[in-house]
Amino acid sequence: MGESEKRTIRVLVAKPGLDGHDRGAKVVAQALKEAGMEVIYTGLHQTIDQIVQTALQEDVDVIGLSILSGAHLPICEELIKKMREKGMRDVKVAVGGVIPKRDVEKLKALGVNAVFPGGTPFDTIVEGIREIAAT
Amino acid sequence: MGVAYYTKDEKDRVLDVTLQSGLKVKPVYTPEDLKEIGFDYEKDLGDPGQYPYTRGIHPQGYRTRAWTTRQYTGFGTPVETNERFKLMISHGQTGLNVAFDLPTQMGYDSDDPRVAGEVGRVGMAVDTLRDFEIAFKDIPLDRIGVGLTINAVASIMLAMFQATAEKYGYKKDQISATPQNDILKEIIGRGTWIFPVKPSIRLIGDTIEYSMNELPRCNPVSICGYHIRESGATPAQEIGFAIQIANTYIDNVLARGYHVDDFVRRFSFNFNVFGNLWEQVAKFRAGRKLWAKNLKEKYGAKNPKSLFLRGLFGGGGYGLTKKEPENNIVRGAFYALAAALSGAQTIALCSYDEAYTIPTPHSALLSLRTLQIVMEEVGLRDTVDPLAGSYFIETLTKQMEEKIVEEMERLEKMGGMAEAVEQGFVQKLVAQQAYQFEKDLQTGKLKKVGVNLYADESKEEEDVALHEYDPSVVDQQIERLKEVKRERDDKEVARTLRELRKAAEDGKNVMPFLVDAVKAYATVGEMTNVFREVFGEFNEPRIV
Repeated sequence: MGESEKRTIRVLVAKPGLDGHDRGAKVVAQALKEAGMEVIYTGLHQTIDQIVQTALQEDVDVIGLSILSGAHLPICEELIKKMREKGMRDVKVAVGGVIPKRDVEKLKALGVNAVFPGGTPFDTIVEGIREIAAT
Repeated sequence: MGVAYYTKDEKDRVLDVTLQSGLKVKPVYTPEDLKEIGFDYEKDLGDPGQYPYTRGIHPQGYRTRAWTTRQYTGFGTPVETNERFKLMISHGQTGLNVAFDLPTQMGYDSDDPRVAGEVGRVGMAVDTLRDFEIAFKDIPLDRIGVGLTINAVASIMLAMFQATAEKYGYKKDQISATPQNDILKEIIGRGTWIFPVKPSIRLIGDTIEYSMNELPRCNPVSICGYHIRESGATPAQEIGFAIQIANTYIDNVLARGYHVDDFVRRFSFNFNVFGNLWEQVAKFRAGRKLWAKNLKEKYGAKNPKSLFLRGLFGGGGYGLTKKEPENNIVRGAFYALAAALSGAQTIALCSYDEAYTIPTPHSALLSLRTLQIVMEEVGLRDTVDPLAGSYFIETLTKQMEEKIVEEMERLEKMGGMAEAVEQGFVQKLVAQQAYQFEKDLQTGKLKKVGVNLYADESKEEEDVALHEYDPSVVDQQIERLKEVKRERDDKEVARTLRELRKAAEDGKNVMPFLVDAVKAYATVGEMTNVFREVFGEFNEPRIV
């Protein structure tokens, strides 16, 4: 914990796919910012390649995906695959949005580090991001 | 969410009430309050059906015509959607509201590599006219109005609707479609934009102009304060911003040499109903008045019908909770009450399970039943504008009017609606408010029963249940697309797309060219690509 708080955590908040409901993404971005993190928001309609590219350019510690369309499993699978191809072993992945409980373990099995289903309090999200960034 | 702020003392006495729009509510209202605001019946209200229509646009309200119920429906494939339509009609629903999947909303065909995993997921997939023909088979299109919940490519869907109706033997003046077609609110709040602001507004102008001349019963644009509110706007902003969006579209059509009376009576609105009951009622009454004044004073409208604020008041999505979802059924009934007390022409409710899934047939029916109970069992049709004359409601309506005007002036200072959206000013404003609301909800400053008040900790939160997504749907859809492509006359497709491109480049109204392309079975992706190439794509301003 102590180490991670010295370096400002950099988070890429990303909206993959076609879904345009971005209130959650913007609100969480705001909360992370207020918690002292550096936040980059990709904007809408991002392909996985674009997200990976931005994450590399911005040298982020965490990629946070906001997914409300129900397509979280295929999207995360592809993201993790592309990240591995690019050798982004240190970059952690968090997912938020409309996520059924039964998919949480499946997401983790894919390599997602943290899942924050809709309605998760800001404090929990901030703590969770700090935690995965520190490991 | 609960959206008014209450300050209480230790004995649970309410000391202060501040509504979401920032207005304070007093413990007691008397005739003195009306005197103070200079209340004047003729000037402020008028009779129902009389300018400025504060009390409603019909002289007798729901006595002469009950509100239309229109639940949002549309699933996976056109075949399933058609079945669901027929079911809803058999339950007494009087209008249909079509949900499209995201690829269609974004102008991609089902076989486009960008849309993998999204085909048919949140609504009906449409690639060609064939899909519309299936979805609307045996639907009496001369009797049932159809809402097309789509924006960036609404022009294409309107062309499809016309072509389908003509194919089934209906005349252009018999059919009634209401494409949502409000791109500015998409950019502010819902995100299915494609083209830059200016050409997007022009496409909307094209559909308005075309409907005025060719589809007289269609409502070419439905301005959605609704989604702006869902994105974090206050009720006053919801109305004020919607009026300014409408004015942006009006200005586009006026620049083509028309008078506002030629077309504006077909505009409709979509507003939200969650939150404080009194604030919603005051919002709608003030909104009707301001819209009428706007048309009459700013645009010189002469036809009384041009002054009517008509619309769908309903939904309430932001007010619903995932926790103890059955509570949402009760909330829905109060939202319906708010809409009915406000004189809505059409009401639809979010279903109780909508906070965590796509509504099941059961929950959609419950919403419809709620609306029917409010209509038939508790007396909402008895008399028009029943809250009129209340010291409180009239005071609040007047204050709300001032607040809305204030919000409109604030936006004017940002350079007007199109500019403010292009630069991201509105998006930034509502996102910041959304953050504040969310924080207040988490800290308990805003109350939500079963969530941060009287919460039953032993109860597990309802899990999100996603609509069963059938991957074979995609195969069927792509198979049909292939079949259509095999059967169609490719030369005719190429010709109509060429003509469409020329019209788009030359600034001609694209609608007749879209109808031709649709009839030649050009795909949604092909037509949208013509626009993408001619107009480019919107460059989203960075606001976080």
